[in-house]
Amino acid sequence: MASTAITPTRMVLNQLKGRLKTARRGHKLLKDKRDELMRQFMDVVKRNKELRIRVEEGLTAAFASLQVASSIMSPEMMEQALLYPRQSVELGMTYKNIMSVNVPRYSFHTKNDDPSEVYPYGFAQTSGELDDALEKLSLVFQDMLELAEVEKTMQLLAEEIEKTRRRVNALEYVMIPELEGNIKYISMKLEENENATKVRLLKVKEMVLQDAHHYQQ
Amino acid sequence: MLKIAVIGGRETVMGFKALGLETYPAAEAAEAGRILRHLTRDSEDYAIIYIEETLAAELQHEIDRFKDSPRPAIILIPGREGSIGLGQSALKAAVERAVGTNILGD
Repeated sequence: MASTAITPTRMVLNQLKGRLKTARRGHKLLKDKRDELMRQFMDVVKRNKELRIRVEEGLTAAFASLQVASSIMSPEMMEQALLYPRQSVELGMTYKNIMSVNVPRYSFHTKNDDPSEVYPYGFAQTSGELDDALEKLSLVFQDMLELAEVEKTMQLLAEEIEKTRRRVNALEYVMIPELEGNIKYISMKLEENENATKVRLLKVKEMVLQDAHHYQQ
Repeated sequence: MLKIAVIGGRETVMGFKALGLETYPAAEAAEAGRILRHLTRDSEDYAIIYIEETLAAELQHEIDRFKDSPRPAIILIPGREGSIGLGQSALKAAVERAVGTNILGD
């Protein structure tokens, strides 16, 4: 496979040597990149795991409270109470660069800073359980935002790691061995040519000597 | 300004409405899929889409399409009945993709 279409000349040999050097350097760099990405990735995975558990617990608790509230209040009342939110959210998004991977960073603003604005209803006709549920929900929502950020980061990092790993492997197991093979082929071929020339010269010298002096060995 | 959407069962979604998020109630996966496609088709306004696990189970390939783009982030959340463990699957998938094997041991 190594010797398919290469011309065994000194120029090609030099070119190949240059390419091998570049490939080696690229391989080392990519390997370092992969290792660093992996380190970051493991941190993100750990954080994601924690947040996932927190969010799932928090949401389950919030839904349970909501369930209680809805069993106390009539469904129409519930609907009416929650139908028109007084609060609205604005989400800003910037990018952070982790090893040339752009990952999102969310910034989150509520229109009203007053925490009581979570409750879009008057307190007269609703039960306390509903307040409780909404409070839990708004608390867990902070974690949910962070979870979104972390989970996206994790997915983007995973993609980049996969790509980098492929490149490292391609260089390590395909490119570099192939280049080395070609270089070896050319240098052997050159050596062979050199030997052939030497032998030919010896032969010619012998013939010339015999012609001149009838020299016999 | 970017927006956050929540897709889920009517009761799941109700609470989020009070927080000021945009909510899209969906009774079944097909409907949720329609909403998801609608939200992601012609606008990039939605940075985060939360979707209930039970609905997301049948929409996996739709969700996977957005894995490599920076937005939207599609995050699974448990529904009223509690977690069915699908949310963890994103984590496992990412780890398997990066490392080549599941090293978390669960």
